[in-house]
Formats: sequence, C-alpha cells, structure tokens
Amino acid sequence: MTSTRSPLTGRLAVNALLGLMALYTLIPLWWLLVSATKGQGYLYKGSPLWFSHFDLGGNLSSVFSFQGGVFSSWLANSALYSLVGAAVSTLLSVMAGFALAKYRFRGREAIFNVILASVLIPAPMFALPLFLMLAKLQLTDTYWAVLLPSFVSPFGVYLSRIYASASVPDELLEAARIDGAGEYRTFFRIALPVMGPALVTIFLFQFVSVWNNYLLPSLMINDSSKLPVTVGLVQWRSEFANGVSPMLPITGAFVSLIPLLIAFIALQRFWRSGLTAGAVK
Amino acid sequence: MSTQTAPPPAPAPARVVAGSSRRRHHRRTALSAAGFLVPFGVLFTAMMLAPIGYAIYQSFYKVHRQGLFGGAQTTEFAGLDNFTAALHDGDFTASLGRVALLGVVQVPVMLGLALALALLLDARSARLRKTFRMVFFLPYALPGAIAAVMWSFLLVKDLSPFTGPLGAIGIHTDFLSAGWIPVSIGNMITWGWTGYNMLIIYSALQSLPAEVIEAAALDNCTGWRLAWHIKIPMVRSSLVLTTVFSIIGTAQLYTEPAVLAAARIPGASNKFSPIMNTTLTASQADQNLAAAESVLLALVTLVLSFGLLKFTQRKTADA
Repeated sequence: MTSTRSPLTGRLAVNALLGLMALYTLIPLWWLLVSATKGQGYLYKGSPLWFSHFDLGGNLSSVFSFQGGVFSSWLANSALYSLVGAAVSTLLSVMAGFALAKYRFRGREAIFNVILASVLIPAPMFALPLFLMLAKLQLTDTYWAVLLPSFVSPFGVYLSRIYASASVPDELLEAARIDGAGEYRTFFRIALPVMGPALVTIFLFQFVSVWNNYLLPSLMINDSSKLPVTVGLVQWRSEFANGVSPMLPITGAFVSLIPLLIAFIALQRFWRSGLTAGAVK
Repeated sequence: MSTQTAPPPAPAPARVVAGSSRRRHHRRTALSAAGFLVPFGVLFTAMMLAPIGYAIYQSFYKVHRQGLFGGAQTTEFAGLDNFTAALHDGDFTASLGRVALLGVVQVPVMLGLALALALLLDARSARLRKTFRMVFFLPYALPGAIAAVMWSFLLVKDLSPFTGPLGAIGIHTDFLSAGWIPVSIGNMITWGWTGYNMLIIYSALQSLPAEVIEAAALDNCTGWRLAWHIKIPMVRSSLVLTTVFSIIGTAQLYTEPAVLAAARIPGASNKFSPIMNTTLTASQADQNLAAAESVLLALVTLVLSFGLLKFTQRKTADA
C-alpha cells in the first residue's frame, strides 16, 4: 500500500477550496429561494440571504394569476417543446447512429464527418437565417418553429454511433434476420432495447438544451401564449422597468427551476456517461 | 453459441452459406441504411445546412429598392461588398473585439478553475466527492436566461449579498455599471460552465491507469508534483476539447448580455455581442449585411477551433 497520508493542513486546504467553490455555486440559488419567499415590497429589506416577511404563497398566486395566468402556459410550452423535441430527436439520432455503426456503405465516413463538423459551427450563429427561411414558409410564431430545429441533435447521432458499435453485437442482428425479421423490426426489437442507456442520455441532453434555449424561441415566437418559460420570464424582467413587481420574475424563475432540479437529481448518472463520451472526441 | 432457442422454421440455406459475418454484412444494403438515415438527414439538411447555405448566398447579394414607397425590388450580385461593409461596421467590429477580450480573459480563468477543481476532487484527501461533483455541475442544467435574470437582480447594488462583504474589504463597485458589465457577464459564464468543464477533465483524470499513479507515488511524486508532471500532461486532450468548446461558446455569446439589455440595466448595450448585432442589423432591414456578419463570425470561430484542434494534434504526433 502506498497510503502515505497527506498532512492535515493539505487535506484541510483541499476540502476548504472545494467548499468555497460549492458556496460560489450555491449562494445565488439560495438567494433566489430566499427572495422568492419574501413578501411584496420586502425584497430589499432584511438580510439578502435569510428569510423575512415570509409570503411564498402570495408570490406564487400572483405569479400564476398575472396576465391571465400566462405563466402556466409558459411552463406547459417549455414542457411541450422539450419533451417532444427530445423524444423525436432521440429516435432520429438513434436510427441514424445505428445505421452509421452497423451498415457499410459508400460515403458513410463522409456523412459522419459532416455531422461531427456541424458541432464546431454553433447553431445560434445561423438562427437568424433559419428564422428568415421559416418566415418565408410562414412557420414562424408557430410551435413548429421551435420544434423542427429541436428535432436535430448531431451530438445524439455521434453518441448513438459509438454506443451502437460498442454494445449491439452483429451476431444478435444476424440472428434476428435469419429468423426473418425485417430491418426495422430488428432495429426496434433488438437494437433499441440494448441501446437503452444511450437513449436516456441523449434524451436528457436534448431535453435540457431545448428547455434552456433562449435565442431560438425569442427569435421565432412573438405570441406570448406560445413562449417557453425562459423567454417569458425575461419579458417580465424587462417589464420590471415599467413597474412590474420584481417578485414576479424572481418567484417565477425559482418555480421554473424546480422541474429541472428534480430531473437533475433523479437522472445524475446519465449526465456523466454523456460527458465522458463527449470527451472521447 | 447461437442466441436462438428454436430453429428457424423454413429456409436454413442462408445459414449453410455461413461465410463470415462480414460477408453477410454486405447484404445489408445501402438502401436499408438510407431508410434509417433519411429522417435525420432531411431535418439536418433543412435546419442546419440550409441556413448556412442561405446565409452564404445572401451575403453575396444586395437588394435594391426602386422608389421610396416599397416599389419593386431587385437582387444583385454584390461580390464582397457586404463583407467590406461588415468590417467597416463599427458596432460589429467592436462586438468582435469585446468577445475576443472576454474569451482571452474569461476562458483561461474558467478552465484554470475547472482544472484546479478536477485535480482537487481527484486528490486522495478530497471528501464528499459525489456531492461536490454534483453541486459544481448543477448550473449547467439550468437555463442561462433564467440564471441571467437571477444575476441581474443579484448584482444590483442594494440587493447583492456580495456588495457588503466586498465593501468591508474596501472594494466598492456597482457590478452593473457599464465598465463592470463585461466582468459580470464573464462571471455568469464562469458560474454556468465551470462545472461542465470540470466534469470533462475529471472524467479524463479518473480514466488514468492506476499503475502510473502508483508508480509515481512510489517515486515519491505526490501532491502538486504528481498533478503537474503526470496528471496534467496525461489529460491534455480533455483540456484541448474544453478549450475548443469554450471558444465556440464565447463566440456565440448571446443570452447573458441580451438578458441584461432586456432588463434595461443602464450600462448594458444591445450591441454587446456579434450575434446581438446581426439580429439587430437584420431587423433594421439589411439582411444581406447581417448574413455577411454571421458568415464572418462563423468563419473566425471555425478557423480558431479547427486550427487549435489541428495544431494540438500535430504537436501530439511530433511528441
């Protein structure tokens, strides 16, 4: 055993530094939680990091009733965009990744390289031309304007190709074909179940990237009832200058983070597999 | 060996041909591969490749309006005129300079922090590893826009829990004043992305062969020396990767400054970043200039990120 114990001061320093960073990460979120519970008009009173004039209930009811309850539609829209976007993009990515891993055909590597290269050209830089194109097709200000771009996840294709190569044995596919299963049946019955963990990871990353997107929906959507919660809350924040209570964007921001926090904690282990795969690149 | 439990009902001949599984591979034709690829391919082409093509096309043309009252429009080939105009657009070039400066200062700070945290977490004396890892990574899962809304309040002078302690040590600042806004934006990016980068580097550290670390420890190489001489060189590729991602991330900066501008923070400009400029230019009805600016920005980013990848690959090959 090489367990030369590091000196106490060293151990303390290591953990103190880690603790310091944890504080930097958590204090803003703690502030948000505390502020969301402060009664109307008490935001600037008392300690910024401790509860006073507790009125979370009052804040919640004004968040959900303001402007005819539009906040609930924003949450529902975010859920719709993220769930549908992530589900469709996961299926499309896995199909494409499977084909790139398990079939040999001319141009396979070329196609894969184009998909990979697109990771280096960030979509936000071309969100504007995409908006102009969709405007010509009269698709802007519809759900499709946010959904269609969300269906595409080059990272998902990359991840499923790696995963399919490593985890779907050729013998298994062969056996299914010999049993007379068609290509699609083989894929859905044999390959898809084996690729389960990759599916969850791709879904999770795409879900979060759609939920967190700001530029795309803020360009595409004008109609307040179709906005996702990110864009909606920024609008409330900007109306603060016109006298909207700061409690609306603050409590709204806190509420909108809750589903993400739950998903984050429940699905922790899938984050890591996505990131390690990213690092192989 | 077979995974089948029951023999196939009829034609076994396919099996008798046996051959290698490689040969059978060929029967899976390009046609069935295409069936799997087409749905993604169509959307990828329409939603990612087509906008790039459209922007490139637009950047070489100019629209001439005849008459003042929205008469007929003619589109003409304009050569490089739009690109020259973009380079003479002071707002656009200033925004390029701002993100370049931000990248040069903020990216090393963030990645240095991420590397330091990954090494600390990988050190033998670290406790609560899982908890720390999760906490550091948490901001990545939260929307940048919501985080920016949060910071836009959190950095207000009378509201911030930071002004008090900083004032006590003699730093009196208004983080949302014009001069400090780039620093505040850098802080938001650091808050949001350090943990993500840390996790990529940490995963690379975790996959280092235990023998190497053991051998180094036997040679009395521990602590800082172990980190500096053994661990950091061995996770170089993850550092290159996070650098490339960070360059791309900085070049496409939009959400944080856009939220500050939307919040009407007095010192915040709606022309802070290049993408903010392109959307503004397009809304002022010069789509061709906006397209040229998008193309320029993408080119600079591509050259930087691709160049860095190639450069480090060659250096690795030489070594």
